[in-house]
Order: sequence, then C-alpha cells, then structure tokens
Amino acid sequence: MLSRVADSLYWMSRYLERAEHTARLLDVNLHQMLDQTPDTAGRRWERLLASLRIPPPDGAYDAYSITQMLTFNLENSSSIAACIAAARENARQVREQISSEMWEQLNRLFLHVKYTDRSEFWKCEPHEFFQTVKQGAHLFQGITDATMNHGEGWQFIQLGRALERAGATAVLLDAHFVALLCDTSSASDYLAWIGLLKSCTAFEAYCKVYTADVRSDRVVEFLLFNAEFPRSVRFTVGVMYGALQSIANITSMPNPGRVERLIGRLRASVDYGQVDEIMNGSMHSYLESIQRQCAQIHTAIQQVYIAYPIDTALAS
Amino acid sequence: MQRVFQHQPLFETYQLDAAYDEMFDVEGNSREQYRALQDRLIELSPADLDQRQHAADLSFLNQGITFTVYGGDEGTERIFPYDLLPRILTSAEWETIERGLTQRITALNLFLRDIYHEGHILADGTLPRELIYTCRHFRREMRGVRVPQDIYIAVVGSDLIRMTDGRFCVLEDNLRVPSGVSYMLTNRQVIKNAFPRLFANYGIRPIDHYGQALLATLRALSPPHRPDPRIVLLTPGVYNSAYFEHAFLARQMGIELVEGRDLLVHDNVVYMRTTAGLRRVDVIYRRIDDDFVDPLAFRADTVLGVPGLLNAYRAGNIALANAVGTGIADDKALYAYVPMIIRYYLGEEPILPNVETYLLSDASQRSYVLEHLEELVVKAVGESGGYGMLIGPHSTAEQRDTFRKQILTDPRNYIAQPTLLFSRAPCFIDGKVEPRHVDLRPYILYGDKVTIAPGGLTRVALRRGSLVVNSSQGGGSKDTWVLYDQPQEASLKK
Repeated sequence: MLSRVADSLYWMSRYLERAEHTARLLDVNLHQMLDQTPDTAGRRWERLLASLRIPPPDGAYDAYSITQMLTFNLENSSSIAACIAAARENARQVREQISSEMWEQLNRLFLHVKYTDRSEFWKCEPHEFFQTVKQGAHLFQGITDATMNHGEGWQFIQLGRALERAGATAVLLDAHFVALLCDTSSASDYLAWIGLLKSCTAFEAYCKVYTADVRSDRVVEFLLFNAEFPRSVRFTVGVMYGALQSIANITSMPNPGRVERLIGRLRASVDYGQVDEIMNGSMHSYLESIQRQCAQIHTAIQQVYIAYPIDTALAS
Repeated sequence: MQRVFQHQPLFETYQLDAAYDEMFDVEGNSREQYRALQDRLIELSPADLDQRQHAADLSFLNQGITFTVYGGDEGTERIFPYDLLPRILTSAEWETIERGLTQRITALNLFLRDIYHEGHILADGTLPRELIYTCRHFRREMRGVRVPQDIYIAVVGSDLIRMTDGRFCVLEDNLRVPSGVSYMLTNRQVIKNAFPRLFANYGIRPIDHYGQALLATLRALSPPHRPDPRIVLLTPGVYNSAYFEHAFLARQMGIELVEGRDLLVHDNVVYMRTTAGLRRVDVIYRRIDDDFVDPLAFRADTVLGVPGLLNAYRAGNIALANAVGTGIADDKALYAYVPMIIRYYLGEEPILPNVETYLLSDASQRSYVLEHLEELVVKAVGESGGYGMLIGPHSTAEQRDTFRKQILTDPRNYIAQPTLLFSRAPCFIDGKVEPRHVDLRPYILYGDKVTIAPGGLTRVALRRGSLVVNSSQGGGSKDTWVLYDQPQEASLKK
C-alpha cells in the first residue's frame, strides 16, 4: 500500500473520532450545565477546554461562545466542523481505496454540518445536532467494518481511531482529576463523576460492573483498566496492538522494532497496572506518560511506514 | 431540408440536410447496418426509451463518472451527457480507419525519432526548421535521448470526422495525454444493459480487452533487464478533470495509481514509497503534461511531478508513456505537414486525408484568412478541448476583431480551416430521435504492435446545429459499434 494512502486513511479515522469525541463532550456538558450554579459553570468550561487540550480563549467566555468555537469555527482546527472537513478531505484523496458507501456516509455527514443553520442550531436543541454527529460517526464505523476489506487499509483505520481514543481518554481523565481531587466537597462531585463517565459513554457500562455507587478509584479503574469497555485505555491500546501486529505481518517491513517495543511497553503498563498504586502515587504523571507514549507511537508509525528516511530504506 | 418517416412518431422531426447522415442515405432509407436498430426502435415507445435513458444516466451518476469544467470560480463536477443510440460502423469502414491510423501513427513516431536525433527532414529542407523550434512543445532536453523501443507515442487518440462524401478524415492527432477512453469503455457497459437482446444479435466487435492491451503496451516499454516490471499510473490528483479516468484505468489494469509525491528519484532510479518500503518503478503511464513532470527540468513552480524524473528517463532507468516532447507532432501548425510526413518516411500516400489547413505564419494564406474570417474556423495551435477557437459562421463581429488582433500579434500561434460540415447521427433528445453532429476518437496503442480498439468514443454536439463536440462545451458521447465482417443476416432478421 502506498504510504500516502495509509496516511490518509489513518488521519481520516483520527479526525472523525476527534469530531465525535468533541460532540459528546459538548453534549454532556451543555446538559449538565442545567444542574449547576453559575459559579461552578466557569470551572466546568475550563475543565472542558482542558480535556480537549485547548487553551482558554482571551477575555470572557460563556456556554454560547465556547460551543460556537468548538462546533462551527473552521479556524479552530479542533472544532467539529473542521475535524469532519479534514476527515472528508483525507477520504477524498483516497476515494478509490475506500468503499463508495463509506464515502457517501462521510460526505453526507460533512454536508449536514456544513449546511446547519447556526442560529437555528441554538433555537432548537443543540442536542439533536450532536446526536447526529455522533451517530454519523458510528454509522461510518459500521459501514467501514461491513463494506471494506479488512486488510492493511482497514487496519490503519482501526489504528487511527484507537490511538486518538486512547489519548483523548487519558487527557479527559487527567483534566477531571486535577480539578476534582483538589476539591473535596464530595456532594456536588457526584454529578461531576457521572459527567466524566457520560463523557465516555461509560455510565451505563460502569453501573453494570460496579452498580451506581460512583467512587473515584472505581471510575479510574474502569476508564483505564477495564478490559471489555471499548473506550477504556486498556481496550483501545489492545486494538492498537492488534492493528500494528497485522500491519507488521502484511508489510513485513524490515524494521518495525521501534513501533513494536513502544506499543508492547504501553500495553504492559495498562494490562498490569494497579489502580491503588496509581491513586497513591502521581495520577497526573501516569496519565501524562500514557499521552506521551501515544505521541511516541504516532511518531514511530510515521517513521517506519509513512515518512521513513530514504537512506535507511535504500540500505535495507 | 427533408423530412423522413413522418409516419413514425419517434422520427417525426428527423430532417436530413447537406451533412452526411450516419443512419440514412439521401433518399431517407436507413443504411444496412442501422436497419435492425431502427426496427427495434420502432417497437419501443418514447416512454420505454426514456426509462432506459434514465437508467443509463443513473448508472453514470452512481459510479461517479464525472468531469470538471474549468473557467468558473471553482471547478464544477458534471456528468458527461450520454446518448442512448449507438453509432454503427461497418467492417469495411473500420478497415480503412484502422489502416489509415496505423499508417499515420507509424509515420508520426518515425518523425519524432528523427526530430530528436538526426533531423533528416530538417536537414534536407523538407520541413522548415523554425516550425519545430518555435513550437512550444519542442523539448530540447530530449535531443539524442534514446527512448525505449524507439516508441514515442504509445497511447494516442486521434479525432476523425466524416465529410459530406462519406469519407473519414483526420481533424487532429492527440499525441500527449489523450483522454476519454474510460467513457468509451463505460458507454459500452451501459448500452449492454439498455439493449441486451439487440446487442447480442448485432455481431459487435468487443472492446473490453482495452485494459489488458494498454497494460501489454506499457509492459513492452519496460527496460529489458527488468523481467517483472512495476508499472504505475501517474495522476495530477483528485482535482484534475480526468481523475475518474485515471482511477478507472488503474483499476482496469490492476496497477497502482500514484501522485508525484508518492515517487522519488535516487541515483537516477525511480521509487514509490509504500508502507512496506521503497519499491522500484519501471514504467510510468503519466497523465501529466510535459510541463509538470519534473520541476527540476521544466516548470519549477509545480508540485505535481517528480524531481529528477527526466534524468532517470535519460539514463534509461524508467520508461514514460508517452515520451517527453511528443507535443511537436500534434501541434496544429505541424498538422498541415502530416500528409507530407507520411510520404517522406513511409513512401506511401496517406490513407486518411487531412482537412484543408491555412498556416497563418504564411503571409498570403494569412491575408486570405483575414478576409474570410466569417467562413473559417480559427484555432490556437497549443490549445485543446475546444478552448481558444473561433467558429466563423457562428461568431460576432467583436469576436472576429479580437481574433484578428491576436492573429496579427502572433501568427505562428494560429491556424484556420474551412467550416466543416461533418456527419450527423441520430440521437435521442426530449422523446424524439433527432440528428446531431458527431466526430470519432479511436484509441490507438503502439507497443510491440499497433492495436486499435474497434470503435472509439463518438462525441456528439448535443445542441441543435452545433459543431462543437467537446465535453467542456456542451458535448456528449455515445457508444460506437464496429460490426464483424459477416453481417450475420440470419440472426439480425429474428
């Protein structure tokens, strides 16, 4: 497979996952805002921006301006509209490599976002809009699995989604723990923990395992180490591991060692991690190390499969 | 004007005029090869035909068979209009076309080789030197370069028109990057669905092997020491008007569709960058103009090409189809000399005639043309696709003035031809069958041998009375059937 094609598939998948994640976070936060007093609202939006790694804008901001910025602003490269446009542009570059159904679905989602009237968006429930984005992304994933060869290209799509998701969950946890653990007034925090779980669509899945008794150590354990929940860091790292193994087998690239070592180390760390150790030690540095390792894996994939130096490729 | 078949509702408005009609002779009797088609059409109601036309259009839409029209604010994607009724050629007609094109392409290839090597035709004064050296498509860099198998023009599409006397003649040669062959192939698929029974009984020569033939042609160009050559198709990318065709042909041949940024040159060897490492490339079917293939050799402001490609080519490590610099042989001013070129290199009389052409660099021809602008068609020599053209009888005084000025500023850049009344074929338009002007672009492959897919792309000027068939100017296309030698009477009657 051409490196350019693999790269486009990988980014298409990452951008779409990012759009879906942002839509879900906004949806949960706008919803939860209804139960909050105004002074906690400021902190909530700060936390939301931190969980998307976006610096707070200069000057005053409110629910309206933040939502606009994260939804429609094309100058903000992490807005939903910008991410979906980027996903579509990547798909367009490799239209011959993906199925027509995939292209049509992504194009439809793109057109829906593009032609959404921004004033109407606020008059009606924004929830509807975020719901459409989330469902559109899920539908795309389903169509991809059902209509495309599960070969090398598909593995790059899996890889992109899992890597984006693992990083996003780690950042989300980090942002919430920094804010919540400093603040010990436990009563209002119950809602915040539920908000965190819902931001990962994890509330119902969590309840099935631990009942509705929401406790911080269990939330951490669930979102980091649960082996079955598809958004837990452990699960997504497992998906990355599988995709990278398949890619290494298919390409038999002479030197995938670096990628293998990095993903193996990350996998061991989440497979055998102990939640009490992390809670007693530095939660923040553990989560940061996961983010760092994801970034290293991304760079290694680029170096081994996409933008490898020509000298080494010629030497082997 | 003469009406025929007033008793047949479909043909009610069909009129014959001075142009040759592909379906009817001057008395209004249908030509033998069209008889079975006409019988079938009479059986069908306009609603039946409408429904088939609709199904055909939908099939193009769903497959995303579109092209981009340039000139607006941004490229607009359109479906190439498709006419349901086939154009039918007899075996004898095709035989002449095939021989004529083979002769012409062989001579033009010898000419290119001569121009870039010894230059006999210039040295003995047969062809004026300045004609070559003033040509924008002449590539000095190609002097003395040995191209694989001495084949410069592996893939050719020549435009033919049929004159009032029924003879075909060549209107222009496309020797750089001819396009449209994907429409020839998809038109055939669509018509098979529209008229399956008729098709089965007609005895039509197949064209489906074009993909294989193209692959074989490209393989024939590969360097001899590379037994299992890797062949790729180089496209300018998704924004190019013919991107659909590039992707289509790559799929038909089962080869990789690459962009310039996928390729790199190291030590004069071309590689493509894959997830499994660099892979050596041996043959490039390039759908990019000379100007853009190598920013180090030609236009430096492009990112479409591959830096260093020309040097790899000169070193003999990569084959390009077509070769660099073939544009001199389809320059519209050189066109006037092609019959002479055929006599010069082959010692034969041209089988397919040229259209009478005035060279505006010649003073006496120029003054004649400037006096008769209303009757003539003026073309810029370097343009294609129907751009940069003046059609005298359909022009305004203002347009003629503009062209007059342009001609006087740069006479070498223009030629003029008489306004040609080329043939018309029946088309299904708004529930009726009506005649429209058509041309024919057969696709010629030159590898180990010359192969021409029987038929080609028949382009239709869909506007009533229009003589412009280009897709960018409101043209459409229809399938072209070439029949086998034996008319297969028995099965036709049934």
